Amino acid sequence: MNAPILWIFLPLALGGFLLLFRHERVLTILGGTSVLVLSLLAMLIPIDVALGSDAFSFKLAGSLNVLGRSFVLETADGPLLAILYGLAAMWFFGAESLGLARRLIPLGLAILSLLVAAIAVRPFLFAAVFIEIAVLLSVPMLLPPSQRPGRGILRYLIFQTLAVPFILLAGWLLTGLETSPGDVTLTIQSTAMLALGFAFLLAVFPFYTWIPMLMEESPPYLVGFLLWLLPQTTALFAMGFLDRYPFLRLSTELLDALRAAGLLMVISAGLWAMFQRHLGRLMGYAAVAETGFLLIALSLGTANGIQLVFLQIIPRGLGLAVWALSLSTIQSHTDTPRFSNVQGMARILPFASAGVVFANLSVAGFPLLAGFPVRMALLESLARQSLGLTLWLALGLLGLTVGAVRTLAVTTLSEAEAGWSSRETRTQFVLIALGVLALIVLGFFPQASQFLLKNLPALFENLGQ
Amino acid sequence: MTIPTFISWIPVGLLLVTSIGLLLSRDWRWNLGFLAAQYLGMFWLVTFHWPFGLASIKLVTGWMATATLGVTRLEMGDTPTEPESTQMPQGRFFRLLAASIVAILVIASTPQVETIIPGISRPVIIGGLLLAGMGLLHLGLTAEVLRVILGLLTVMAGFELLYATVETSILLAGLLSIVNLGLALAGAYLMTAAPSEEAEEFE
Repeated sequence: MNAPILWIFLPLALGGFLLLFRHERVLTILGGTSVLVLSLLAMLIPIDVALGSDAFSFKLAGSLNVLGRSFVLETADGPLLAILYGLAAMWFFGAESLGLARRLIPLGLAILSLLVAAIAVRPFLFAAVFIEIAVLLSVPMLLPPSQRPGRGILRYLIFQTLAVPFILLAGWLLTGLETSPGDVTLTIQSTAMLALGFAFLLAVFPFYTWIPMLMEESPPYLVGFLLWLLPQTTALFAMGFLDRYPFLRLSTELLDALRAAGLLMVISAGLWAMFQRHLGRLMGYAAVAETGFLLIALSLGTANGIQLVFLQIIPRGLGLAVWALSLSTIQSHTDTPRFSNVQGMARILPFASAGVVFANLSVAGFPLLAGFPVRMALLESLARQSLGLTLWLALGLLGLTVGAVRTLAVTTLSEAEAGWSSRETRTQFVLIALGVLALIVLGFFPQASQFLLKNLPALFENLGQ
Repeated sequence: MTIPTFISWIPVGLLLVTSIGLLLSRDWRWNLGFLAAQYLGMFWLVTFHWPFGLASIKLVTGWMATATLGVTRLEMGDTPTEPESTQMPQGRFFRLLAASIVAILVIASTPQVETIIPGISRPVIIGGLLLAGMGLLHLGLTAEVLRVILGLLTVMAGFELLYATVETSILLAGLLSIVNLGLALAGAYLMTAAPSEEAEEFE
């Protein structure tokens, strides 16, 4: 058996196979269970390690050659695969309660497997092409045939596609630098090209305009799935570059640029979130801020910073899932989730409204929620380098908190005599409640996820050393 | 294989005509014709660095993408041709001016690219940069689905032309073909999702 076949080609084929099914429940059971099993397998079976006795030995090979290039999954990839497939299971099981299983599960599974392929492919710069193919697959997922495309989806397609040439050319230039490491001009050219490529791919300021637009145009749950998966995988891809090329990871200019970009994203997203009147756009800005946090953690240039990048994976995935599920539940009861339409919504959808507020507060690093330990550690690490920048980061977090407080105020504001009821379906109620509970548990016991995260830095042998 | 200088410049001329034609023409039939011719020019230039068989992947993929867009557009019926705007920045004169600025920038930056990618012939550099530049210009001037896809395909064609000189991986050639076809399919999907709106815009 082969790890790339198990975690790349099998889910890809399964995604294609699931396109044949029309029944939401069947799709959810098949898709959700499959990714859950894949997650458990990733957790239980070490890759490239011989198991069993002399009589019966089993080894899951980590490498597969395809047309002269290879896909490599190593032992250290196991926990990452477990997290990605585990969180995907959460998204897939939630899709049925919103009637989105047919749109999310087959294509979502294919997208997930392509993004795992992006992590596994060697040479690793080919990952840009796999990410682009995943982006193209996401177009029919985001837009139903009956809906006209808006500017958001077109910008998304343009920006993500433009990243491919820049990253591939930068990769080629970097290969040239391996043979002549002292070439300053080539270094500047390749770094600039790489930075531009990742700015498109990670939707770095000012290329993130498509995110709030898409949040308005498409179902938040589907956009949320992409906003969770795409930046996460892209960040790992970017870390691959930093890990491989010492002049990149040791460049103070690059680290400063990463920090500036991250802070700009957090501050601008925080400020927009502060004055936002559309719940979908608010979630979009929070996702932008999350990517900003990732960049800031990377820019610390320390082993601690790398730990912080990995520490964000679960709270980010969980927070976005709860937020997207809750928001989609609210959106199913109103035309558009503008403040004017969701006023008093907590009276009829208390759990969904609470889910939105809790998830928002978690992203903002509110105490005792999943995002809090990560934000605290980030603030602390940044404060060791610059107190001024820490204050700017805190300003961004404040903006996100104000967004959550305004949401809370609007959703609970209602006629004095209006009564309370719960119109969420039982599945929605259970999933949102479990999600919020998980956000709280991870806030109280952040070490609960450590068994999955502790070995992840081994994915990058040089980074943060 | 030594190629006479004047012959190697023919595809560059073809690319110049097709990319400007794509920018100026309002009729989708002409646009797709220009796109098909553009892939022919690109294929011609790629053969300078790749074996004929491998280079033909680019031509076949490009024509398949063109056919995908063409069939979809044909299925949508004969919606009225987009009216020509005379106002800046949409007028034909403006587009021509912008295209000439791109062409000048391409000529100006060619020597520098020549130093970055040694061993690459000048027609290939100019062809690649021209396509990438015109594609970017196209993307900056439109929000219409078909035109956005044409712009993206043009940018990708320019990039692939340059990248073909440094990378001959079959896997990458295949993956980039998937990307091109995927762009065309995504464009076809987006176009069919919006027939009524586009018809309204043209009225």
